[in-house]
Amino acid sequence: MSWFKRSPWVLHYNATSCNGCDIEVFASLTPMYDLERFGIISTGNPKHADILAITGSVNVKSEQVVKNIYDQMPNPKVVMAVGICATSGCVFQDCYNVLGGVDKVLPVDVYVPGCAARPESIIDGVLKACEILQEKHARQKKEKR
Amino acid sequence: MTSIIEIYQSLGLFGRMAVFVVMAPFIGGILAGLDRKLTARMQGRVGPPIRQPFFDALKLFQKERIVVNKFQNVYIVLFCVFTIFSGALFFAGADILLTVFSLALAGTFFILGGFCVGSPYSHLGAERELIQMMAYEPMVILVAMGMYQVTGSFKVAEIAQYHAPLILYLPGVFAGFLYILTIKFRKSPFDLAISHHAHQEIVRGLTTEFSGPALAVIEITHWYENVLLVGMVYLFFAANPWVGFILALGTYFFEIFIDNNYARFKWQLTLFSSWLFTAVAGVSNIIVLYAIR
Repeated sequence: MSWFKRSPWVLHYNATSCNGCDIEVFASLTPMYDLERFGIISTGNPKHADILAITGSVNVKSEQVVKNIYDQMPNPKVVMAVGICATSGCVFQDCYNVLGGVDKVLPVDVYVPGCAARPESIIDGVLKACEILQEKHARQKKEKR
Repeated sequence: MTSIIEIYQSLGLFGRMAVFVVMAPFIGGILAGLDRKLTARMQGRVGPPIRQPFFDALKLFQKERIVVNKFQNVYIVLFCVFTIFSGALFFAGADILLTVFSLALAGTFFILGGFCVGSPYSHLGAERELIQMMAYEPMVILVAMGMYQVTGSFKVAEIAQYHAPLILYLPGVFAGFLYILTIKFRKSPFDLAISHHAHQEIVRGLTTEFSGPALAVIEITHWYENVLLVGMVYLFFAANPWVGFILALGTYFFEIFIDNNYARFKWQLTLFSSWLFTAVAGVSNIIVLYAIR
């Protein structure tokens, strides 16, 4: 039995986001949307997190931070790109300092589109991420055997 | 209720200890679940299911084990073992002083666990935990002292058998205990060392470097500790089991109410106010009791 679906803990990192998506991420914790009813907790610590939600495109400065956070998370872990900047770089993709979407740096599992991403789609993305977490956990178990 | 207590008392010393070791995580987990549900309702949210803490713990056991310092998990296991030991002593009806001291030892191991890893957030959390310990420890010992003064015994079994409710003799001690109970439950004005909810100024304080199974053990230990503390509250009303049971639970929910109504104190205010409460409510109660008896 895998319990990842019942208690995914999300770490949110802002890599050059305009704060539009960040506000929506935290809007989904408010009484209106209440992410916690699914057992989802917003944690500030990569060592406790299962899902890494990144907002904004990745640039030269934030690349190191994003990689560092990802490496600190214990397995199984899922990366979620929140907002159109994080999925592709959007209008910033040609900027001299921007590398592009998060998938240029990390293996992204879930893409949540939108500018800014709606709280409903963020919640949907997190629940998708839970399923991928369970798959990853099952695969890990198989590899151990 | 009385029949449950009679069955419990008919068990031997080790039987009673075993009942605590097996039952406490379930009761503690449900208490933690009720805590989260009630907190959510007070904030106008729906909140997670009451079984949520169990899901969290089970999930953490399935996560990868990351160890920064090879001693860090040893301290956490010792923290767990000594908390269970003190709880088992208490519920077996043994010496309350020994319970208090082994609980302090458990807390010390937890702090050592925080200090043995490299993270500055963890160190900050451990330092704050030390200050909290300084703040609450005098009052906890005064509780044991006050109970001895009234009943003439340090044995929990004999204190629980006392004919009148202890609260009548120890209102000040109870008030002081209620104050430091917020620190022990890690509730809001005093959640300096481990910020539980959305506060993240020191990441997760003491538990920053603990992930996966170690974090689950910390959580479960916290459940054991909560059950022990609720049991200590029960002792103040033990003359009538039903009243005691309801008021012990009421105290726990009162702490949740406090948790949702206060912003966090600074460590100076935490230390100063809890010592003030200990001196004014606890010590004066004991002096008055000494004078009139």
